[in-house]
Amino acid sequence: MEKTGAEIIVECLEREGVEFIFGIPGGCNLPFFDKLYDSKIRLILTRHEQGASHMADGYARSTGKVGVCTATSGPGATNLVTGLATAHMDSIPLVAITGQVRTDVIGSDAFQEADAIGCTRPVTKHNYLVKDVKDLAHVIREAFYIASTGRPGPVHIDVPVDIQRAKIEFSYPEKISIRSYSPTIKGHPLQIKKALELIKAAERPLLYVGGGTILSGATKELRTLAEKANIPVATTLMANGAMPFDHPLYLGPLGMHGKYSTNTAMQKCDLMISCGARFDDRVTGKLSSFSPHSKKIHFDIDPANIGKSVAVDVPVVGDLKTVLKELNDQMPEKNHKPWIEQIKEWDKKHPFSYKEDQGKDPFIKPQYVIQELHRLTKGEAIITTGVGQHQMWAMQWYPCKYPRHFLTSGGLGTMGYGFPSSIGAKLAFPEKPVICIDGDGSFQMTMSEMATAIHENVKVIVIILNNYYLGMVRQWQELFYKERFSASCLTAQGGRRTKENEPDPRSLKYIPDFVKFAEAYGALGLRLTHKEEVEGALKQALDSKVPVILDVIIHPEEKVFPMVPAGAGLDDIIVDMA
Amino acid sequence: MKDKNFEPKHTISILVENKAGVLARISGLFSARGFNIDSLAVGETDDPTVSRMTIVVKGDEKILEQVEKQLNKLVDVIKLGDYIEIPHLERDLALIKVKADKNDRSELLQIVDIFRAKIVDVADHSVIIEVTGDEDKIEALIRMLGSFGILEMSRTGIVAMARGNNSLTI
Repeated sequence: MEKTGAEIIVECLEREGVEFIFGIPGGCNLPFFDKLYDSKIRLILTRHEQGASHMADGYARSTGKVGVCTATSGPGATNLVTGLATAHMDSIPLVAITGQVRTDVIGSDAFQEADAIGCTRPVTKHNYLVKDVKDLAHVIREAFYIASTGRPGPVHIDVPVDIQRAKIEFSYPEKISIRSYSPTIKGHPLQIKKALELIKAAERPLLYVGGGTILSGATKELRTLAEKANIPVATTLMANGAMPFDHPLYLGPLGMHGKYSTNTAMQKCDLMISCGARFDDRVTGKLSSFSPHSKKIHFDIDPANIGKSVAVDVPVVGDLKTVLKELNDQMPEKNHKPWIEQIKEWDKKHPFSYKEDQGKDPFIKPQYVIQELHRLTKGEAIITTGVGQHQMWAMQWYPCKYPRHFLTSGGLGTMGYGFPSSIGAKLAFPEKPVICIDGDGSFQMTMSEMATAIHENVKVIVIILNNYYLGMVRQWQELFYKERFSASCLTAQGGRRTKENEPDPRSLKYIPDFVKFAEAYGALGLRLTHKEEVEGALKQALDSKVPVILDVIIHPEEKVFPMVPAGAGLDDIIVDMA
Repeated sequence: MKDKNFEPKHTISILVENKAGVLARISGLFSARGFNIDSLAVGETDDPTVSRMTIVVKGDEKILEQVEKQLNKLVDVIKLGDYIEIPHLERDLALIKVKADKNDRSELLQIVDIFRAKIVDVADHSVIIEVTGDEDKIEALIRMLGSFGILEMSRTGIVAMARGNNSLTI
C-alpha cells in the first residue's frame, strides 16, 4: 500500500507500541503532526521542547519502555539537546524525531534550519538523517532497537519535511539486523568463575550497585546474590530503589553526599562487586585513595566502562540480569555477620541526621519534609528531582521501596529535569503518587510545563524546597569561596550577597510567588513556613484533584551533609560542620 | 609534565559502514578530547558498503584506549585494529612540486632515483615528484628537496596493513 513518510512514521511508532508522544509542532514537522491527529497515540503538547524530552525520559525511566519526543527543525531540535544529553549520560532509551528543512535546501541557511544531527551526534547513542523515504521505516525500527538494547540510550531521527510528504509503496520491515551492532549479553563463563572464586574467598565484600542494575531489570537477581552470599548493598544515586530500603542488607547511598557508613565500607572492604555502576567521580572521590584494599569485580554491559577510571581485577562484560543469574546458580551460602555488624556500628555513629532549627521562629527542615513524605507514602511513591541540594536530600531521606521510582538526572546533572519528568511518569502511572522534589532554582528552569500538566490533567505534586538560593552553589561558595555568594542568591540584584547582609528570607519578596503562580495556572499552591503545617499540607497535596505546588520556605544556610569535598578522598568525608 | 614526545604514535585502522556522517562520528571522538589527528585516509574496500579508515594519532595512552573503546561502540564501526604492537606495513603517497630549472634536473633525478620516487610532470620551472613509502622515507625526501624549493605538496595520509595472517576483515 502506498503511504507518505508521515504515515509511515506514525504506523511504525504504533507498531512499536508507543503510548505517548511529547512534543511541539512547527513548520517542518507539520505533515507528521497532521497524521498524529488521527492516531491512537496520545499526543502531549508541551510548552518547550526541553520539557518534551524530559517527559519522554520520565516515562522511559519509570516504565522501562522507550520514550518518544518530537520537535520541529532548527530551534525545536536544538531545544531537545539538553534532554537528549541528560538521557545519554544516564543510559535512558529515547527516540527523538525532528523535522528538518526540505532536502533540496539543507545547507542553505534556510528558515529554521540547524544541523540537527550535528548537534545531537555527541549526546546520542546514534542518529540518522533520512534523505530517502524508502529508508524511513527501517531507520525507525533500528532506532527503537538501538535505543532499547545493550547499554540503552537516546536515538535521534531527523526527517526533512519533503520526506514526510513523499509517497512510497510501504511494507513493514519485520526483522532487522545491524552487522556492526551486537551488544554482549552473556558474560564470559571463565570470568564469572573468577568472580565466583573472589566472592567465595572474601571476608568483607560489598555490592556497589549502580543504575545499570535497574536498567537491566536485575534487582531480583541482585537481591538473591546479596542474600545467598550475605553481602551488604550500597547504591549510587541512580540505583535508589534497586534494593528495597527496608531490606536488612541494604546500607544506603554512596558517594559525595552518601552515608558515612557506606563510604567507610567502600574504603575498608576486601572485595568490591560493582554492578552496573561506572565509578563516577561523585562516587569515588579522589581515585588514588579510592577503596585501596579491595579486589574489584566489575559487571558492566559496556566494555568502554571497564578500567575507565579504576583498574579492576575481574571484569565481566554482559547484561547484568543474565550474568547474575549465572553467578547465583553457582553461589554457595555465605555468612559475613561480623562485617555487616561493623558497618552497622559505623552507621550508628554517623547516621543521616539533622538538627531542629533552634531559632526563635524556627524554619522548616527540608529533611523533615522528605521524611514526612516518606512516612505518608511508605516509600512507595515515584519521586523525581531537579539538581542540587534538594536532590541530595531526596536521595538521603527518600530511600525507595521499588526500582524505577527515583528519577533524577545523575550524570549530566540537569536542573529543570524534575518537573517535566514527573509529568511523564505520572502519565504512565496515573494511580501512583508522583512527587517532584525540587529546588526554587531548578523548578524555574522548566516551570512553564505547568500548563501541560493542567491541560493533560496530570496530578503531580511539586515540593519546592525554597531557600531563595541556588543552594548547592551557595553551599560551595560558603565552604570554599569565603562566603562570597556570587550570583547564587535569587532575591538580590545581580545575585550578590554576603553572610553579613543576609536577611531573613521570609521578610523578602520572592519572585515569582509560587502560590500565585500555581493559582494562575489553576493548580493548588500552598506556602509552608512552619513545621506544624507540613503533614497537613502533604496530605492535602496527596488527595488533590489538581497539580500541586508546595512552596516550602527553608533556611538558606541549610547544607547537605555528609560531604566529600570535590577532589578529596572518601576518607576525608565531612560528617557535619559542628 | 610528561614529555609529549614520548607519546607513541598509534596507527588505527577501522572498517566502517560506507555512509554519510561516519567520518564526523569518528573524528568527533578525537576532537571532543582535544586530540589532533596526524593523518587520516579513507577509501572503499573490496565491499563497496564498507570503507576503511586509517588514523594516525598520538596522545595519552589511557585516553587513547578509551577512544578506541568508544570507537568500537559506534553503531557504524564494524571492526577496529590498532597496529602499535603488530608487525605491519605503512604507506603514504606524496605529490611534491619542486622548483627546478633545466640545470637542476639531473641532480633532482639522482635524488628521485635513490628514493625510488618518480617524476610525473615536468614544466619549464618545476617538476612534480611522486613518492610512496613509510613516513620516514617521505620525510627524508622532503628534507632533501627543501634546498630546491618546494612549491606545493599533497599527501594521502598513511594507510596500513598487518603482515601475514593477521587481517582486518569482516
